[in-house]
Amino acid sequence: MSNAPVDHGRRRFLTIATSVVGGVGAVGAAVPFVASWMPSEKAKQAGAAVSADISKLEPGQLIRVEWRGKPVWIVKRPQAMLDELATHEDKLRDPESEVEQQPAYAQNRHRSKKPEIFVAVGICTHLGCSPTYIINDFAAQVEGVKSGFFCPCHGSKFDMAGRVFQSVPAPKNLQIPPYMFIDDNTIVIGEDEGTV
Amino acid sequence: MFKNLMSWIEYRLPFMDKMNLHVMQYPAPKNFNFWYFFGSLAMLVLVNQILTGIWLTMNYVPSAEGAFASVEYIMRDVDYGWLLRYMHSTGASAFFVVVYLHMLRGMMYGSYQKPRELLWIFGMLIFLVLMAEAFMGYLLPWGQMSFWGAQVIIGIFGTIPFVGEDLTLWIRGDYVISGATLNRFFALHVIALPLVLVILVFLHIMALHEVGSNNPDGIDIKKDNDGSVVQTEADKKFTFHQYFTRGGKKIIVDAIPFHPYYTVKDLLGVAGFLLIFAWVIFFFPEGGGYFLEPPNFEPANALKTPAHIAPVWYFTPFYAILRAIPHPFMGAVAMFAAIVALALLPWLDRGRVRSIRYRSGLHTANLINFCISFVALGVLGVLPAEGIYTLLAQIFSFTYFGFFILLWFYSKNEKTKPLPVRLT
Repeated sequence: MSNAPVDHGRRRFLTIATSVVGGVGAVGAAVPFVASWMPSEKAKQAGAAVSADISKLEPGQLIRVEWRGKPVWIVKRPQAMLDELATHEDKLRDPESEVEQQPAYAQNRHRSKKPEIFVAVGICTHLGCSPTYIINDFAAQVEGVKSGFFCPCHGSKFDMAGRVFQSVPAPKNLQIPPYMFIDDNTIVIGEDEGTV
Repeated sequence: MFKNLMSWIEYRLPFMDKMNLHVMQYPAPKNFNFWYFFGSLAMLVLVNQILTGIWLTMNYVPSAEGAFASVEYIMRDVDYGWLLRYMHSTGASAFFVVVYLHMLRGMMYGSYQKPRELLWIFGMLIFLVLMAEAFMGYLLPWGQMSFWGAQVIIGIFGTIPFVGEDLTLWIRGDYVISGATLNRFFALHVIALPLVLVILVFLHIMALHEVGSNNPDGIDIKKDNDGSVVQTEADKKFTFHQYFTRGGKKIIVDAIPFHPYYTVKDLLGVAGFLLIFAWVIFFFPEGGGYFLEPPNFEPANALKTPAHIAPVWYFTPFYAILRAIPHPFMGAVAMFAAIVALALLPWLDRGRVRSIRYRSGLHTANLINFCISFVALGVLGVLPAEGIYTLLAQIFSFTYFGFFILLWFYSKNEKTKPLPVRLT
C-alpha cells in the first residue's frame, strides 16, 4: 500500500464515473424486466380485428362481439330510436362528441358510419364495467328517454348513440372502435379503411 | 459440552445477545392494555397467511383456464383443502381487522409522534403492500368479482392523464385482464410482495426497538440519569439490556421485560383471537358475503358484468372516497391522498403530548369524527353509488380529510392536561 496522500478530486471523479456507468447498466438490465410485462406477440395477435355477420340482426336487437377481450355492441336502431337522439341533447354531457372517443366518421349525432348500425365498445368510461342495454324501459333512468344503456356499477347512463348523460360518474361518451363494412352483411371491427 | 457449543456459536454469531436485546431484556412499559394485542396478532396472521398460502400453491393452478377449477378442487377434493383455503381467505380479512385496530391504537396514544415517525412510515408502507397483496390475491380465484374488481382497480390507473392507457396495458399485459394478468399477479402475490412485507415487518420492529415502545400514557420510560427521576425498588428488580441505558446515560422506570411478561400476555390475546378466528372459519367462512363475495363463486366472464361491483370490505372506505368525487382522476388522487394523509400524521400533528388521555377534548372529538367517517365510508363503499349514498360519501370524505386539517390547526397550541412523570 502506498502512502501517497488521498487525491480527493480523483476519488470523487472515479466515484461519480463508476456510479454513472453502474446506473446505466442497472437501467439497461431493468429493460427486459419492465418490457416483459407488455402484451406478448400472442396477446397482440389475439387483439387483431374480428368480423361479424349482421344480416340476421333484427331492429332493436343488440349483439355482442368480443374484440380484444372487450364486448363490442352492434345494435340495429330502428328509425324511432334514431329520431329520439335529437330530443334529449340538452341532458347530455357531450352531445356533439367533441371528446375524441370515436373515429372521425362517427363524430355525428348517431355516432356511426351507417345511421342504423350502432357499434360501440360496451365498457363504461368510468371504471370499465359493461352497461346494460335497456330497451323501451329507460324512462325510469332518464325521463322521456325510451332506450339507453345503464351501468350497474356506479349508475352511469348513456343514450342510444352511446352519449353519456349529465351528472353520472362516467366522464366521456362510450368509445367507438374503428370498423368497416366489407359488404352489406359483414362488419369488421378493429380495422377501418384508414388502417388497412 | 452444551455450554461450550453455545459459547462457540455466541462468539461467532451473538444469538443470545440479540435475543436478550429484543425479547428477554427488552424494556416494555408496564401499562400495555387491550389495544397492544394487535401488533403481535398481526404477526400471527402474517404467519398464518404465509403458511396456508404455501400450502394453497401446492394445488392451485395459476392460469385463466385452470384457476377457478383448481380452487374448487382445493375446496372439494383436497383433504382439509377447504380449511387451508378458508384460513387464508378469512386470514386476509382478519389481517385488516387487526391492522386497522393496530393503527387506531397508534392514533389514540400518539405512537406516530417524534421520535417514532419512521416507525409509523414503515407501518404505512406495510399497510400499502398489504393492500396490494390482498388485491392481487383476490384476482387469483378467477371468479366474477376477482375479474371485475380488478377491472375497476386497474381502471384507476387508467385515469392518470397521458400515460394511463399505456400504464394499464402494461399492468395487464393484454388488452383486457387475462391469463397474463393472472400469472403476474400470482408471481407478485406469492413471492415478491411477501418478501417485501417480511422485510418491512423486520424494519418496523427494528425501528420500534430503537426508539422504544410507546404506551397508553404516551410518556417516556427512559429518563435522563440526572437524578430528576429515581428508580423505585420495583424498577430495580429487572435486568434490561445495557443497550437501552445508553451506557448509564438513561435510567429505565416502570418497565418490564418483554419476555416473559408480554409474551404471556400476548398468548392470551392469541387465544382470544383464535377463538373468534376459528368461529368465523367454521361457521361464517364467507363472512356473510363480505370476506368472499357471492359473484366470486362464478368463473370470471369478460362479457358479463355483475349487477353490483363492490370491493372486499377492507378497501371500501377508500373506494367510497374514490367514488365520491365525480372526476375519475381527481377521485383516484383523493383516494391516494387519504392514505398519504395518514402517513403524514407525524407532521400534521404538531402537538407534543401523545396520548389521548392528556390531550384536549377537541382532539378526542376529532378522533371520534375520524373513526365515524372511516366506518361510514366503509359502509357506503359497499352500497351502490346513487342518490343519497353519493352525497353521504361526499360528506364523510370531507369529514375524513377534515380530521387532518383540524388536527394541524389546533395541535400547535392545544390545551393539554399535565403529564405524569411516571406511568399510571
